[in-house]
Amino acid sequence: MSTTLAPAEVEVEQPRDADEVEHDRPWIVIVWNDPINLMSYVTLVFQKLFGYDLAKATKLMLQVHNEGKAVVSSGTREKAEYDVARLHAHGLWATMRQD
Amino acid sequence: MLERRRIERTRGGDIRLRLPRDERALLRSLPGQLRRLLVEAPDDPSLERLFPPAYDDAGDEAEYRRLMGDELLEGRRRALRVVEETLDQDRLTKEQAESWLTALNDLRLVLGTRLDVTQDMLLERLRPDDPNAFEISLYAYLSWLQEQLVDALAYDFGT
Repeated sequence: MSTTLAPAEVEVEQPRDADEVEHDRPWIVIVWNDPINLMSYVTLVFQKLFGYDLAKATKLMLQVHNEGKAVVSSGTREKAEYDVARLHAHGLWATMRQD
Repeated sequence: MLERRRIERTRGGDIRLRLPRDERALLRSLPGQLRRLLVEAPDDPSLERLFPPAYDDAGDEAEYRRLMGDELLEGRRRALRVVEETLDQDRLTKEQAESWLTALNDLRLVLGTRLDVTQDMLLERLRPDDPNAFEISLYAYLSWLQEQLVDALAYDFGT
């Protein structure tokens, strides 16, 4: 199933002087609260995709539920895009942006 | 209440399906409907929760769609196909059960969007004269099945 999603190919420009800091800033993946996805399912998806243990996955799920959103992973743009795509494949409402 | 679990984990790690015939018939009718919607009306508003945007920036988002769109769509169609192919079985492998989980969730996302579901309002809305009573009941039924499937699969993802 959806775990076979390959990392997206994204062209990354070489860092250049003034741009360097900009490029170094990590990308974060945000999952937003929605009224349809079951809490138990969201917890399971966090465990499955990110290898989080039940405690950490539950904590993140509750943060999404109670605060409306949570940062669930971060890293390079490629990694963030890969994670967002896997979350989308599982029906979660995920977006990404540079931190 | 004579509620009996429909989906359970076996000692061997497979997933046991105990669906009455009428429920199998109901479930059989659903994957084709969603597939038709995906093919014939890909811009239908009820599908928007299946394909949320990754980026705020329109250009980045278009590029994301170009790269990932087909694969995301094919993953959903594959899950629907697995449900259709395994509906008469009494047992599912873990992989098949994960496809069921994806398909049930996708069906709930579409139904829930169409019904404009908000948190915890489901039963409040279920009145006999509600024109959406069938879809609301179906949504509740699929949610019930999905909870059981999550229970049965949770074991595999550690504690």
